[in-house]
Amino acid sequence: MPEVQEAPAQSHMITKKERYFVRFTRAQRTMHAVLFSTFLGLAATGLPLRFSESIWARRLASEVGGFGAILFFHKLCAIVLTVAFVLHVKEIFTRGIMNREKGIFWGATSMVANWKDVKDLFAHFRWFLGLGTKPKFERYAYWEKFDYWAVFWGMIVIGFSGYAMWFAPFFAHFLPGWALNAVLVIHSEEGLLAILFIFSIHFVNTHLRPGSFPMDMVIFTGVESEEEFKHKRTVEYERLAAEGKLESRLGEKPASWLVNFGRVVGTIAITIGIVLLVLTLTAYFGE
Amino acid sequence: MAQADCLACHADKGLQDAAGHNISVDGDTFGQSIHGSLGCNACHTDISAYPHPDKIAKVKCETCHAGQASELAGSVHSNSDDHPCTSCHGVAHSIFPKDDKRSAVYALNVPKTCGTCHGHDGMAEKHGLPTVFPSYIDSIHGSALTKEGLLVAANCNSCHGSHHILSRKDPKSPTFKANIPQTCGKCHAGITANYFEGVHGKAVAAGKTDAPVCSDCHTAHAIEQPTAAGFRMQSTPICGSCHKDKFSTYRDTFHSQLGALGGYVETARCWDCHEAHDVRPKSDPHSTVNTANLVATCGRCHAGANVSFVQYQPHANARVRKLNPALYFVRLFMNLLLIGVLTFFVIHTVLWLIRSRYDLSKKNADGGPNA
Repeated sequence: MPEVQEAPAQSHMITKKERYFVRFTRAQRTMHAVLFSTFLGLAATGLPLRFSESIWARRLASEVGGFGAILFFHKLCAIVLTVAFVLHVKEIFTRGIMNREKGIFWGATSMVANWKDVKDLFAHFRWFLGLGTKPKFERYAYWEKFDYWAVFWGMIVIGFSGYAMWFAPFFAHFLPGWALNAVLVIHSEEGLLAILFIFSIHFVNTHLRPGSFPMDMVIFTGVESEEEFKHKRTVEYERLAAEGKLESRLGEKPASWLVNFGRVVGTIAITIGIVLLVLTLTAYFGE
Repeated sequence: MAQADCLACHADKGLQDAAGHNISVDGDTFGQSIHGSLGCNACHTDISAYPHPDKIAKVKCETCHAGQASELAGSVHSNSDDHPCTSCHGVAHSIFPKDDKRSAVYALNVPKTCGTCHGHDGMAEKHGLPTVFPSYIDSIHGSALTKEGLLVAANCNSCHGSHHILSRKDPKSPTFKANIPQTCGKCHAGITANYFEGVHGKAVAAGKTDAPVCSDCHTAHAIEQPTAAGFRMQSTPICGSCHKDKFSTYRDTFHSQLGALGGYVETARCWDCHEAHDVRPKSDPHSTVNTANLVATCGRCHAGANVSFVQYQPHANARVRKLNPALYFVRLFMNLLLIGVLTFFVIHTVLWLIRSRYDLSKKNADGGPNA
C-alpha cells in the first residue's frame, strides 16, 4: 500500500529507543475522524427522531427549537458523510481498478474476508473458552473487517433509505408505494443497529477491552510501538520482517500533543457514544 | 322624596350604619347611572319620610325586573347567598347599561366580573367552582377581548347566557354537548356548516353524542389558535382517544416522530389530511383522503407528490403480516439482522473481556497489555 512507503525513514531515530510503526496514514485518520464526528452527529440527532416520544428527546428538541433544527443538523452530517463515503469508494476504485494496486481486493492486507478470518474467528472463540492458543492476526483482524463492512453496508442502506425519505416524491418515480413506508423501517432499524453496534461492540473490541483500555491511540497518532505491533498483529509483523519490508513502515514516536489531543477527542467521542447508548437503551426498553 | 333630601345625609362619605357598613351614596355617579332618574324610595320602598327606621328592607330588583328575576331563579345562580343582582351588575348605586364602559356587564368587563368568583383567587376553590377564568383569559377569545378590546370576541355570556345560565348537563343549556355546535355557530357559522357536513356533525345531529363537538378538540375555555404550536401538539391524542388503532399506526410514522418533537409543527396531524371539520369517510368522493384526491392532499405539503408517491400508507401497520406483507417482512428482516448481529457480538465480546481479565489476573503474557 502506498502509505507504507510514505512513512519517514528512521535515520534520525535514536537507537535503543522503542521503534514506532505506521498503521494509518493521515488521510485514513482524517477519514476516521470525519466518520466518527458525523456518526455522533447523526446518532445524536437521529435518536431523538426515532424515540421522539421520550422525555429526553422532547427536552432536546425544545432546547434547539424543535425538529427543524434537529433534522437540519441530521441532513448536514449526512451530506458530509456521503461525501466522505464517495471519496473513499473513489479511492478504492482508483487504487484497485485504475491503478491495479495489489492487496486492495484480496491478499493479506485486504479488507475482504478470507479463509484465515474464518479460522481466526473459531480459534479466537476456542481461546476465549480456554480450548486453544490465541490466534495471531494479520493487518486487519476479522472483527476489524466486520467493523469496516458493517459501516460500509450501513452507509449504503441508511444513506439510500435516508435520501429516499428526504426526496420522497423523486424516489417515488421509480420505487413502489410500499417502499416509502419500508425506508423508514429500514432507516431506523439499521440506524439503531449501527448505534448499538458502534457504541457497545466497536468501543469495547477496539478501545475499552483490557488490551487497549482506555482507547487504542493508533487511530489518532497513526503509529504504534513495535511491541504493540508485534503483539497485536503478529502475522503482519512477521510477514514484513520476512519480506524485509519492516523498515519501510517505520514511523516516529508520536508528539505528546498529538497523543493528548487524541486522548481528549477520543474520550469525548466515547463519552458521547456511551451517553447515547444509555439513552437509546432506556428509550428502547421504555417504549 | 327627592334624591336631594336623602343626599343631605347620605352624601357624607363617612356615613355608617349601626353595624359599621358605609351607607354613603355618590350623588353624581348615581345621577349618571341607569337608575339615576329614579327617586331613592323607588327601590327603598319602605322609606317614605325622615327619620327612617335603622333597619330597612333588602331592595327587590324583581319588582321591575321580573323577567330577569324569573330566569335567574331557574339558573345555576339561583341560590346565591349574596345579592344575586349586584354580584354581577356591581355596586347598587352605580349600575350602568351593559353597552356603557362603566358597566360591570359591559362585554369587555364580563370576564373580570365572572372571574371574581370563577377565578383562581381562592373564591372558586372555596365555593368548589371550576377555575375557568385563567384558561379563558389566555385563550384566543380572552386575548382578543382583553388585548384587542374586540367587542365581538366571545365572553362568558356569549356561550353561557346571562340570567338563565344552566349546567352543561342540562339539555336546555347552550353548553350541553349536543347544543355546542349551534352555540359556537352563533359566531362561527361557516365552520359549523362545514362541521355538519362531516361525519362528526352528522353523528351528533343523529343524536350520537359520543362524536366530538367543537369543545372536544378545541377545549371549552383554553381555546387556542388552531395553527399555534400548542394546539397542534395537543390535538392528535384527542383524535387518538377514539381512533386508537389509527393513532397507534400514525405514531409509527415519520409524521408522528417529527410531530412529537414540537418546534416547527407543520408535520401532518390528523386534520391536515382528513380535514378538521368536514371530516368524510375515505369512500366519499369529496373526502380529502379519497384515492382520487390524494395527490392534491399530499401535495399541500409535499411539492411534486405524484400518483406513485401517494401509495405511501400514512397508517401502515408493519406488525401485521396480512395488512402489509412487504413491510412486515422488511421489518422482520431488519429485526432479525439487528438481534442476530448484536447477540453474536455481545457473546463474542463478553467472552473476550472475561478471557482478557482472566489472563491479566494470571499475569499471562498472552493477555497482557497490547493483547
